[in-house]
Amino acid sequence: MNDSQIIEVKNLKIGFGDQNVLNDVSLRLLEGENLVVLGKSGSGKSVLIKCIVRLLKPDAGEINVLGKELNVLNRDELGELRKKIGFLFQSGALYDSMTVKQNLEFPLTRIKKDLTQKEIDNKILEVLENVGLTDTLNKMPSQLSGGMRKRVSLARTIVVDPLIMLYDEPTTGLDPVTSDEISSLINDVQKKYKTSSMIITHDIECARATANRIIMLHEGEIYKEGTLESFEKSTDILIKSFFK
Amino acid sequence: MKKIIPVLKIAPVIENVKKRSIVISEKTLEKTRYLNTFFTDTANFFLFISRTVKATFSRDFEFKEFFRQCFQIGYKSLPLVSVTGLIVGLVLTIQSRPALVNFGAVSMLPGMVAISLIREMGPVIIALICAGKIGSGMGAELGSMKVTEQIDAMEVSSTNPMRFLVVTRVLAATLMIPILVLYADGLGIFGSWIGANIKGDVAFTLFFSQAFGKIEFIDFLPAFVKTVFFGAVIGFVGCYKGYNAGRGTESVGLAANSAVVMASLLVIILDLIAAQITDML
Repeated sequence: MNDSQIIEVKNLKIGFGDQNVLNDVSLRLLEGENLVVLGKSGSGKSVLIKCIVRLLKPDAGEINVLGKELNVLNRDELGELRKKIGFLFQSGALYDSMTVKQNLEFPLTRIKKDLTQKEIDNKILEVLENVGLTDTLNKMPSQLSGGMRKRVSLARTIVVDPLIMLYDEPTTGLDPVTSDEISSLINDVQKKYKTSSMIITHDIECARATANRIIMLHEGEIYKEGTLESFEKSTDILIKSFFK
Repeated sequence: MKKIIPVLKIAPVIENVKKRSIVISEKTLEKTRYLNTFFTDTANFFLFISRTVKATFSRDFEFKEFFRQCFQIGYKSLPLVSVTGLIVGLVLTIQSRPALVNFGAVSMLPGMVAISLIREMGPVIIALICAGKIGSGMGAELGSMKVTEQIDAMEVSSTNPMRFLVVTRVLAATLMIPILVLYADGLGIFGSWIGANIKGDVAFTLFFSQAFGKIEFIDFLPAFVKTVFFGAVIGFVGCYKGYNAGRGTESVGLAANSAVVMASLLVIILDLIAAQITDML
């Protein structure tokens, strides 16, 4: 991990109707680090990372990703930037009508157009091996368990070798054992692919297992920022309610 | 006391006026809201069409997905369209034959059935059937993709979902529905021949030569052109409703339902416009 910043969010504001979801949020993701964004449900965590990939357009503020200001990018430039970002959705978001292999081929054939079929097949096998699911190649997403879907989804995200990984609630809805597996996979991905990751979660065990640094969001604002240790030692009631 | 009495008398009147004024303003507001929703939805629909057209002519056309959709829309609708086409021709013949026999004009039966099938019955009935099957399918499929964040996943993996999901479906519907209508027309005339033979004895070749002998190019062309528009409308509406579904699972059902209703209504409206234009020719 070094000090060069990969993502910089400045004074981000977004709301839906009368409700203000994020209010003046500023943060940085440094190269090679795992930044955990912690907070209660509805605190605006998912909205924050959706703004970073421009699935949502903020009302105000600046987002700079890999030195590029999102506000000034056109659709093609945004597409190019998104090729460097991996996004793991809370639901996994696997394409129902495609097999696991087709799900992995989908981004690969569109982002790395110069690959031969053999290279594509090898790459797919490599990432499935990394998540421990080589035997699911020809299965449909409906034939997989929740944990397997998350792992396939993670494989689909890393298959294009992203520089940045954004995880939206990676362990939500999973049993403690599978949650631990996903958390260690997040660490493996960081080490193997040298990614910088932002992990959105309210699962404290996942935060403990993966965080280099933690930011806590509360009611759309940054409540506290620091290391895992500083959070563990905090006497603040809200923080203590998380770190029991 | 003298001062209080008039106030007590006036008070209910003021209250009544207040209530009436509130009722009126709420009704007006509700109407305004409906109108606002209608115009916003209409504007968004046209915006969606323009985005789809723009995406159609952009680079990297998704041929594989387009052929898959053609298969889904065309081939998989064949059983339904076959049964519908055959029965429409059969019923039309069974219903019209007694009247034509009374007038001694039973020899006109093949031509009459063929013209009514090709000009009106075939295109409209098959389009309505397709609005139900294909429109609801598109609405539900894209709606559930939206709910489960699959469309967002496509967007973040640098794939334009409009190009992959919408353009392919709209083009496939525009191409396959006219073909399905032509196929159903043929089967309808065949069904009519079966109907004619229930109480009569007409040779297959004679029936078909009489049927096609009455059809002119002006009967065929406008009907074919309108089926192209029917196909496009079914594709656009199905995709629009699915693509703009809400976030809950309930919205998937709503998207499918409103896709069928809106597509069917637009098919009927387009048919009326087509009838007026054909009448002027």
